[in-house]
Formats: sequence, structure tokens, C-alpha cells
Amino acid sequence: MTDFPSELRYARTHEWVRVEGNRATVGISDYAQTQLGDVVYVELPEIGSQVEAQREVAVVESVKAASDIYAPVSGEIVASNEELDSAPETVNSDPYGIGWFFMIEMSDDSLPDELLSAETYEALCVEEGE
Amino acid sequence: MPFIPHTHADTQSMLTTLGIESINDLFDEIPTEIQCDGLPDLRDGISEMAMQRHMSEKAHIDETGICFLGAGCYDHYIPAAVWDLTSRGEFLTAYTPYQAEASQGTLQLVYEFQTMLASLTAMDVANASVYDGASALAEAILMAVRINRKSKSRRVMVPSTLHPTYLATVESIVSHQGISVELLPTEDGLTPMLKAKLDNAVAVVLQQPNFFGLLEDADTLTEHAHAAGALVIGVVNPMTLALLKPPGEWGDNGADIVCGDGQPLGIPMASGGPSFGFLCTRMAHVRQLPGRIAGRTQDKDGNDGFVLTLQAREQHIRRAKATSNICTNQGLLVTAATIYMTLLGRQGLKEVATACVRNTHELVDRLTTLPNIEKRFAGHYFHECVLDFPESTVELQQRMLKQGLLAGHPLTGMFEEGDRAMLVCATEARTAQDIERYVQALADG
Amino acid sequence: MADTIFDKSRPTRRATAQRVDDDTVEGLLPRNQLRGSPPLLPEVSELQAVRHFTNLARKNFSIDTHFYPLGSCTMKYNPRGVHRAAMQDGFLKRHPLTPESHSQGVLGCLYELQEILQNVTGTSQVCLAPMAGAQGELTGALMIKAYHADHNDDQRDEIIVPTAAHGTNPATASMAGLIAKEVEVDSYGDVDLDSLKRVVGPKTAGVMLTNPSTCAVFERHIQAISDIVHDAGGLLYYDGANLNAILGRARPGDMQFDVLHLNLHKTFATPHGGGGPGAGPVGANERLAPYLPTPMVTKSEQGYQWLNQTERPKSIGRLSAFMGNVGILLRAYAYSLMLGGNGLCRVSEYATLNANYLMKRLSDAGFHPAYPDRKATHEFAISLRREAKETGVTAMDFAKRLLDYGFHAPTTYFPLLIPECFLIEPTETETKEELDAFTDAMIAILKEAQQEPEFVKQAPHQQSIGRLDEVQAVRQLDVTAH
Repeated sequence: MTDFPSELRYARTHEWVRVEGNRATVGISDYAQTQLGDVVYVELPEIGSQVEAQREVAVVESVKAASDIYAPVSGEIVASNEELDSAPETVNSDPYGIGWFFMIEMSDDSLPDELLSAETYEALCVEEGE
Repeated sequence: MPFIPHTHADTQSMLTTLGIESINDLFDEIPTEIQCDGLPDLRDGISEMAMQRHMSEKAHIDETGICFLGAGCYDHYIPAAVWDLTSRGEFLTAYTPYQAEASQGTLQLVYEFQTMLASLTAMDVANASVYDGASALAEAILMAVRINRKSKSRRVMVPSTLHPTYLATVESIVSHQGISVELLPTEDGLTPMLKAKLDNAVAVVLQQPNFFGLLEDADTLTEHAHAAGALVIGVVNPMTLALLKPPGEWGDNGADIVCGDGQPLGIPMASGGPSFGFLCTRMAHVRQLPGRIAGRTQDKDGNDGFVLTLQAREQHIRRAKATSNICTNQGLLVTAATIYMTLLGRQGLKEVATACVRNTHELVDRLTTLPNIEKRFAGHYFHECVLDFPESTVELQQRMLKQGLLAGHPLTGMFEEGDRAMLVCATEARTAQDIERYVQALADG
Repeated sequence: MADTIFDKSRPTRRATAQRVDDDTVEGLLPRNQLRGSPPLLPEVSELQAVRHFTNLARKNFSIDTHFYPLGSCTMKYNPRGVHRAAMQDGFLKRHPLTPESHSQGVLGCLYELQEILQNVTGTSQVCLAPMAGAQGELTGALMIKAYHADHNDDQRDEIIVPTAAHGTNPATASMAGLIAKEVEVDSYGDVDLDSLKRVVGPKTAGVMLTNPSTCAVFERHIQAISDIVHDAGGLLYYDGANLNAILGRARPGDMQFDVLHLNLHKTFATPHGGGGPGAGPVGANERLAPYLPTPMVTKSEQGYQWLNQTERPKSIGRLSAFMGNVGILLRAYAYSLMLGGNGLCRVSEYATLNANYLMKRLSDAGFHPAYPDRKATHEFAISLRREAKETGVTAMDFAKRLLDYGFHAPTTYFPLLIPECFLIEPTETETKEELDAFTDAMIAILKEAQQEPEFVKQAPHQQSIGRLDEVQAVRQLDVTAH
């Protein structure tokens, strides 16, 4: 069963966001990792770089595909998950946990309206799967 | 109908299956205004025998005699087995090994090729080849700019001693991505160490031996470039690396990217192509390496096998963000080169390189004993050397051709004082008699 | 077990195919420029080498051994006579910098090939230098850019490509410093004209199209597309990947394309060589011809001559150290002599007949053409989406199982917009019997997929190696033997 944790917010481009204070942790959804198949590499943004919401900041690769990852929020990259370099498979095994991608210190306190609730996002995925 | 196997009965039966009267009906989706009525301006086809006769006549016209011409393309002996094996239909008529299980021959061969090139250059990894040496350098420069993002600069420093058509090719290809190519000065045919020139450069190119056949001080140049924060791109002749210090060992840390043309490794001169370009780098930069790469993996039963790997860098997946638009490698030439390197082995390639050095030195020593023929530069040279002659070398070349000798490459327009310089080369394929003929032809004037 | 050549190597063993006197470079080269330890090239006997590479060859599928219906690749018979014609000493031992006076044979062949290709494509000049289709594409994009720059039209930095385009099209745009803009394809496989009108504008440098398109159908709107793009000040680029379909039937020049490339390794039957070399000559109409790359060949009273930057000052410049892949050009020339104008027309007729016949047979057998209302061109696409949904057996599984039946797989998963896609191109050189046998194999695999899906998903079963782990190949990168 595909998992859609209700405490997270989601982008239409399949990133999830977990907000703690003014910091947003970002990864890709369980649905996205299933669609991609075995993840073999993640190209992460440099710490300290400024990112803008809905702009490409990272790339996730499977054997047969490369997908852009978009920043769900604007701000500065304050951490990125270097463990993915040696263990990209954690994106498949634990997409909402140790398979996270990067953390953004948000320049704006409120989350963009474009981000979806788990319920809306799940409906979107069901539609896409048909 | 050459190569079309259909009998009249076949065609009729296929048309019946399709429920149509004539093949013409299959083209009715092409708007009539843009249809053309055959190719009436072309001659009708001819038999294989007639074609062979015509091609033999054309080939015969161009036989030129003994070759002392190098300048990026060299007359080496190629053992018979190289092209006998390369011309096997399973190598010649296969395509890109995307279906790995049906392409283990090509894939394993590419893996072995990568191993040999990496070892020759003392780098970690090689790709499955690109078009030729000049386009390989253009790709190497684009790659260096992608790797060295820290630098922010898009200035690439290139020695004036680089092969001129390599420079021209680089300029046609890299300028469109906002990269500026700037020339380093030259002094007595070599690239002097001018630290100031390297400031704020993203990469520095170094050809070894350089276009004039001379050995640059690769160690010092590499050190200076690295100190200035620039990457070092080595352009090398792979045959020479049987003797010369490999680019991976230049200076303290070695070159970052190495490229060159593989023609000396069992590829006929053939008017300059097809040959292949090779591209090697450090493991840390492998994701910026364009072109195909073969990798070893296993099947479900744990047997070793080979696949194309890191494909997500390439155009068919990454599209506009690919490392390059290149699809093909020069597969057949890589096949020939891998077989050539295997047949020569470490000892054979060293012998070839040694004979190239000795023959060219012999030629130069003999020629410079003749009146008014002098070496243009003082530095150490490998298997090519620039000589100044007492006459126009374009005319000299024509005169020598009448005696069955291709005397060298006139460096017309390259130096201020006219057209009397010529680049000469004597590979292992030149005998003492060949060299004697050259000397005699000149002495007889 | 795949022993590499390095596993067979023993210290001091050697082949003697190339043996020259072992000597020293002492005194000729400075010691600090010399290599410390020798490169790790294999040390094997000549027989070991011959046997090793012969056995490697036998692990390949190839046109010479198997039906190879790889869509968009035109895997037709590569005539042996043509290969031999190009492998003569007079051609092989010719140095590229030989003076023109002693190059009249090869220059004559190249000049005539330029003329033949101009004729076949309906262009006014052809340059043979680009070394592959992708380099031909880059050439075309750079020429379009140079044309606009020459007309002080500097804001045109967008190239339009259909969503179904081959990946090289957008990759080429990037290499040329242009931005690829996508245009939609409609449900019949034609470019959506409304979508095109929306993206076209004053920033449009040009459009890159393949015709027949990558969806394997003839682009019926080509005249309207040409008008829309030209009216907006853009130029039309033709990707010659599918030229085999229309030889002698329709010429890109007559379709108002301004510049194009050909893939001689497809249409003109030069060997694919396990992934190259190719050759990607570029042709242009009067408007774009001045920007063609160098060198080109011309003919005057003095004979055949090279044309370089001095003679062609507007050229986009040089793309290789010498003159591209001359050996391939000679093969294409010899092939075109053998076929002649009449033979080249037969090529498109029988390539199209074979493709339509095979599409009909597969369709009658229950497979689903991607564009059922359209005729096949020289190739066609089928979608295995329904089969995959019903049985779990994907296009990739079908592809792997076909190997066991003795057929190379068609192109899979391209074009991307057709789900579970097979792009099938039989070419004109295959017999009806071969097409029937391929149909029978597809029917048999479908039956297996319905009865024993797991068996098909584990295919291939009868190759030198089982299905390979491509994930491991990336995660545990092993790209050299040492």
C-alpha cells in the first residue's frame, strides 16, 4: 500500500515537506519512489545556496529515468542528506525517513498555497495512476 | 533490385493481406503537392562488379608512396588479425548495445577498452569513445566547465602549440555555451609557464607531445594550473604513453581530464576518418563524462555480465539536460583498437613507440647534415619534428611526391618568416631504406 | 563466467604480430618525461587474442546473424561489396593532409556523393563533414543560429521540438546554447497546430522535425507547419533519421525545410559497427548554404578542391580534425552507385510494404498499433499497455523473450508518449518469411505471458547470460578491470 502520511504537505511534482519551526525538510513521496523504481543516484543542492519555490534544485535518478526535484518552498539550503551518496536505496525503503533529500531554512513563515494536503495529494496520485 | 528479396508472388501476397492494389496506395498520406516522381536525375544502379571497378580506379589514383607525414594522423603497421576480427559481421553489423543480453560481445569489449585506456593514461575511468580527438577536446572542455562550478569563470586557456584544427573544432563547438577560448603564448615551440595568465581560468589545456612534436613541461604546467584553481585537460597520443609519463601522473595530482585521438591504435589513416576520440577522467567526475560507459554487473544467477551504465547522464533520458547530445560512440574503431592493444601488449606498444622515436631522430639527424636544413626548435621531440628548409615546403612536397615520397606537412602561414617550415614524422613503419630514400631525394635536389 | 582478456594475461607472454627491434630511447628523451611503470595492457599470445575476440563476437546479435527490427535505426543489410570497396589500400593508406593534387580519387567520390545527396534531399548544397546524426543536428542548430545572428536577429534563442522528439533534439538545442520548447502531438501522431501557434513567436529560431515523425507516421501538416514557422521568421530543420521511408517519394527540400541532416548509417546502409561510426552529412537550401561547416569539396578546371574557411567565410567552422568519417562516406557513395536512382526508390517502397504488412499481421493477431487509423511508414509503433495490464508482462519482458526466439528486440519505450511501446522497423531487406516468423514469435510470447507470466518476466533464458542487474551496475560502479 502506498503511504501518504497526513502530517506532511505535498507538491504536485511529488515532493513532501515536513515543517519544524522555520525549517522545511524535503523528500519524495512513497508514490514517486514507486513510480521511479530503484533509485541509483541523487544529485543534491549545495549547502548555502538560495532556492526559490517551484524551481529545480535536485535530480533523482533511476536506471532508466532522471527526474527533477523542485523546491517546495523558498529559502536557503541548510542541510542535505549526504548518506544518499552511498545509500540511494533508502529513498525506496524509507522515503519519509532516512531517505530525505535536503532541508531549507524558509524565507517566508507561511507555506505556499500550492502545497497539498495528504488527502488531496492521494487523490491526485490515484487519478494519475489511471 | 539490389538487396530486396521480394519475389513477385511475395509482393502480391502481401498486397492481398493488406487489401490494396499497389504499393503506391501506402503513400497516400503524403500530400500530393510535396510528392516527387522518383529520382530521375540520378543514374540507374550498377552491378557490384561495375561498382568495384569504379572504386578501384578511384582508390588507385590516390596512391602516394612512402609517408613521412603525421600531424595528427600516423602511418603505423596494423597486424592482420585486427581488421580480420573487426570485420566479423557480429561486430560490424550490430548496433548500440541497449539490449545487453544480446550484446555481451560489444559490451565486454568496451569494458576491456576502458580498462586499457584508463591504464595508458593513468586515470580512473574512460568512456566508450567519442567521434575524434578534436571533438573529444571540445567535450572535455564542456565537461571541465560543468565540473569546476566553483570557478565561476568560463575562460579556458589553450596553448598555441595545440593542433590547429583541434583549436578550430573547439571554437566551433564550445563558444555557444558562453565559454571563451584564450591562447597561451609560445616560446621556442613550447608553452612557457606564465602564472599570471592562468588566473581566473576554469581549465587549462595541454597537448603532449604538442603539435610540433615537442615535449612540454607537463609537470610544472599542471602544478601552476592547479594552484590557480583551474582543471588540467591533457591531449595525448595514446601510442606515446607506452613510454611517456601518463597524464594521470603529471605534477603532484595529475591531469583531471585526458582526451585524444585513437587513430595510432590500429586505425587506418583512411583520409582522417573514421577514427575515434577517447575521454578519461577521475572517478569523482564520472557523472560529468559524456558518451557511453560499459559496466560490469551480474545476472540473476550471479554470473558476471556487462551493461551500459550511468545512462541517466545521456540524451535519451536527460534530454535537454544531458551531458552531451552524443548518441553513438565509434564502436567499430574501438573494437579495432582493443584488438590492436591486445595483440601488441605492453611490450609491443613500447617497441612501436621506441621505434617511432628512434626513426624520427634518425631522419632528423640525417636531414640536418644536409646544407641549409635545420631544426626549428631546440626542445626534445618525440616522433615529429619541425624542420626549416631552404625553399618553399609546398613546392618541396610536390617535388618529393614525384619521387614517391610524402615528405611532411608544410606549416604554411604558421610562422612569420614564410613558408619554409615542415613537420616531418617517421613511424615504426619506416625502414632505414625509406629514410635513405628521403635523404637521397633531397640531396639530389 | 565472463573471463576478461586480463584474466588470460601472463607476464612476459606476447603475440608477435607486431614486433620491431627492442631498443632504447636513452639519450633521445629526458628521463623525467618517461613512464615509471608500464601500462597494464594484456600479455597474451596471438591465438589467445584471436580466440577471445572471436568468442566475444559470437555473443552479439547483429544484422548478419539475426532479424534486427530496431525502430528508428534502419537495420538493413550492410552490403559486403561496399565494405570491401572502402577497405582498399588506396583509400585506407591515404593521409588526410595529402595535397589535393594527389587526392583526386577520393575527392571525386566525395564530390559526387555531395551531388547525390543534394538530389535525394532536394537541397542546394551538402557538407559531408559531420561525423554522426547528433553532430549533424548540432551543425543545423548552429547554422540556424548563425543565420539569425548574420541578420542581426539576436533575440531568437528558442528551438521548437515535438514532445515525441528523439532525446538528441533537445540535447542538441542545449549544446547550441538554445532553449528547447516543446510542442504537443495530437492523437493521430501529427503536430498539434494550435499548440505550435502558441509557442511560435519572435523568439523562435526554428523548429526541429523528423518526417515521418518519431511516432512512425507521416506528418501530414508539414506544409502548414512550414508556413507558421517561416511566417514567424523561424527556420525549419529536418532530422533525417527516417529518410528511408520517403526516398524518391518526397524530398525534405520540397517540404520547405531549410537545413537537414542524413544518417548514412541508416538510409545508406553503412555498418552500425556496434554503435558507430556513423556519418551525418548536412544539406541546406540557398538561404542557409553559406553557413555549412568546413571542409567541403568543389570542382573546377584544376580538378577537385577542398573548400575551407577562407573560401567560405560565413561557415560555422570545423567539427573534426580532418574531414569527418571519410571511410563511411565512401561506403555510402558505393552503395548509392549500386542502387542508383531507381534502386533508392525501391528502398522506400519495400521498406514501407514490409512495415505495413508486419503491422497488419500483428494487428490481426490481436496486438494494438499506437495509431490504428494511420498507415505505417517504414516503421510503426505498437503499444503493449493492455497486455502489460492483463498479464504483468511488460514491453521490456517481451523484448527479452524475443531474444530467445532468435529475434533482436524492436526499440522499446520510445517514443516516450506511447505507453509500453515497441517501435518496429523491418527494413526493405527482410523476406516475407522472416516477418511471418516474427509475428509467430510475438503470438507465442503473448500466449506464454497469459499462461506463465513469471517465465516471460525472467527472460531471456537461452542467451549467454541471464537478465542483468542494471541497478547494481550503477550503485556498485565497476567500469575497469584493474
